[in-house]
Amino acid sequence: MKKLSARRRHPLAAVVVLLLALAATGGLYAAFAPASKAQADETSQSLAIDEGKKLYAVGCASCHGTGGQGTSDGPSLVGVGAAAVDFQVGTGRMPAQQPGAQIPSKKVIYSQAEIDQLAAYISSLGAGPAVPGKAQYGPEGADIAKGGELFRTNCAQCHNFTGKGGALTHGKFAPSLEGVSPKHIYEAMQTGPQNMPSFNDTTLTEQNKKDIIAYLNAVNGEETESPGGLELGGLGPVSEGLFAWIFGLGALIAVAVWVAARTAKAKKS
Amino acid sequence: MSTNESTETRRGKAPAGERVADWADGRLGIYSLAKSNMRKIFPDHWSFMLGEVCLYSFIIIILTGVYLTLFFHPSMNEVEYHGSYVPLQGQLMSEAFSSTLHISFEVRGGLLIRQIHHWAALIFLAGMFVHMMRVFFTGAFRKPREINWLFGFLLFVLGMFTGFTGYSLPDDLLSGTGVRFMEGAILSVPIVGTYLSFFLFGGEFPGGDFVARFYSIHILLLPGIMLGLVVGHLILVFYHKHTQFAGPGKTNNNVVGMPLLPVYMAKAGGFFFLVFGVIAVVAAIASINPIWALGPYRPDQVSTGAQPDWYMGFSEGLIRVMPGWEINLWGHTLVLGVFIPLVIFPLVLVSIAVYPFIESWVTGDKREHHILDRPRNAPTRTAFGVAWISWYFVLLVGGGNDLWATHFHLSINAITWFVRVGFFVVPVLVFIATKRICLGLQRRDREKVLHGRETGTIKRLPHGEFIEVHEPLSQDALHTLTAHEQYRPVEIGGTVDENGVERKVKGSEKLRAKLSESYYGAESQIPKPTVEEYKEITSGHGHH
Repeated sequence: MKKLSARRRHPLAAVVVLLLALAATGGLYAAFAPASKAQADETSQSLAIDEGKKLYAVGCASCHGTGGQGTSDGPSLVGVGAAAVDFQVGTGRMPAQQPGAQIPSKKVIYSQAEIDQLAAYISSLGAGPAVPGKAQYGPEGADIAKGGELFRTNCAQCHNFTGKGGALTHGKFAPSLEGVSPKHIYEAMQTGPQNMPSFNDTTLTEQNKKDIIAYLNAVNGEETESPGGLELGGLGPVSEGLFAWIFGLGALIAVAVWVAARTAKAKKS
Repeated sequence: MSTNESTETRRGKAPAGERVADWADGRLGIYSLAKSNMRKIFPDHWSFMLGEVCLYSFIIIILTGVYLTLFFHPSMNEVEYHGSYVPLQGQLMSEAFSSTLHISFEVRGGLLIRQIHHWAALIFLAGMFVHMMRVFFTGAFRKPREINWLFGFLLFVLGMFTGFTGYSLPDDLLSGTGVRFMEGAILSVPIVGTYLSFFLFGGEFPGGDFVARFYSIHILLLPGIMLGLVVGHLILVFYHKHTQFAGPGKTNNNVVGMPLLPVYMAKAGGFFFLVFGVIAVVAAIASINPIWALGPYRPDQVSTGAQPDWYMGFSEGLIRVMPGWEINLWGHTLVLGVFIPLVIFPLVLVSIAVYPFIESWVTGDKREHHILDRPRNAPTRTAFGVAWISWYFVLLVGGGNDLWATHFHLSINAITWFVRVGFFVVPVLVFIATKRICLGLQRRDREKVLHGRETGTIKRLPHGEFIEVHEPLSQDALHTLTAHEQYRPVEIGGTVDENGVERKVKGSEKLRAKLSESYYGAESQIPKPTVEEYKEITSGHGHH
């Protein structure tokens, strides 16, 4: 005891105590915590990030920079979040084929697992919106009519009354929302990809977004019926006028030619 | 009528039909009317039935329109929707909109009738457009038919506005945007614009009045005037008799064709049902103006792709491509970006309407014309007409610039610039090209008359030369190809009179001579073959 009390004021005593305490806590933790699972989680997360980083280096780094910091060819991805990656890569927009006014959606070339890995890597660069869950964009508890009103107020200016798409300046465009999955619509509203403004949760609440998705599904979904017959693209009077000229008046002129050709037989000598 | 009594005494009672006819004639005097008109002759050509397409679609519009008035409420009172269309449940909307939804979803046959009404309106206007062009390109507007040309033109313009007011009635988001557009155009009028707008809308836009006002304009005022004009139009067609294309046996003083009764009554009656049938089929298979998808009008909402029906599309184009110029002076704003299109809008229409009067002034021709021109034989007129159509079309492209952009992957700005330049350049290019094509066709006609039709048969002559055998045209074809007359350019008379005193030549006279030269000078028509030329060639000399 004397030995101990004699050295307790030794300059290194605090360090020794700290080390002992740490070793004790660590040992206890190692003994009691569900060690194997914690290890697996950590490795899978860091594995996803690692894999994502590799995918990123091959498919994305040439434009977005080796560390996602952005270059003159592509914006910085720090802080865009997993939702942005899931949308851009999940709809085939990224990786881009070529620069242009706007990157169009095309065939998706990554599997969902790879997209998740990319998303994990990008969200490790800086915090951003996460990929939404089914509870956020699913149809339960959505008000379709309210969604319609919100859609006409916030979205129709660019995407047309029922989301058929429209033109923006200099070759940019608001794409058609037909066949876009609810998750991607949610992510687009959340992150504002390319030329679209972002509608974060203070602008359009989670419930608002859910309503809008439900409305789109009702008026522009796979099971939407068109009570009046052929929709003609749902583009309004221009396609209707074209149809009236070609199939309306065109058919009537054909009928007129037919009637005029069948005249009463004149008695010819 | 004493003869009737005598027949009765002679042969007993007359047949029922005769007695009915006699009863009616004694009171209406229809006998002489029927006698002179029942055998009225109409010539046969499909293009003469375009006017019928318009007449019948007009009748169809009236019939279906009456049905719609039974269920439509022209009111802007706000109601909450509780009908059968789920995506609008509980939304606030005007009674006009909700009653249109009611017609579409709950009234039996309502949606079909609505669609027939709207499709027939688009086809009516398109039919009038084509009918008018037929009359234009064949020169059917010449004396004595100038007034009827104007009647037809007025019908087209009134049809446009009847269509526009009808399109605005459901008070949906699309049509409301169109009415807003019109309000903007009215507001751009200097000095009186604001007053006019307040007068029309009963105050600030949208107010609570315009649907009811448009309703009475749409169902009463404009169709009433149109009905009167249609009747006048038809009476004049009867009075002038129908024009016909040149051909053997057809002269300026006869009409060759079939009598009204029984042939044309049967044909026209049957054609009515064919027109009705075609429009009903179109309406049954294709949706038009699906207001449930557009939603109710609210001034704070707007959608992309907001366009008017096609006949108003050129005005949309004018506004869309006009640079947004404005002048601010002494606290007032002159919105040239809207006002200039508003001024050009009637000019586009009037330019085609006044053309017949310009042409008759240039030719100075006061004779009646009942034989139609082939378009190629009036190159300047044809070129003007085609140029006008191209002008109209360029503006339509401007009106749909967003859809051109998205569907052809173009920049909307590039299209707008194309329309801005094309507005001035395209008609000129089209005019020149059309005139050249007409002259080419005239040359071909001349060639055909003089040398016959190319048979494609190659013959080898004894000395080894190969020639293509030309087959002479029949006498009928020769007549048809050479029946048109060719004007000579008018000349300014001597600038000095017989006493050697210098005469003053008016500017208008000079202009007329210049125009006449451009119409009928050596550059603008190919002299048609003369009898002498024909005889010389067919007599063997120079025939190969």
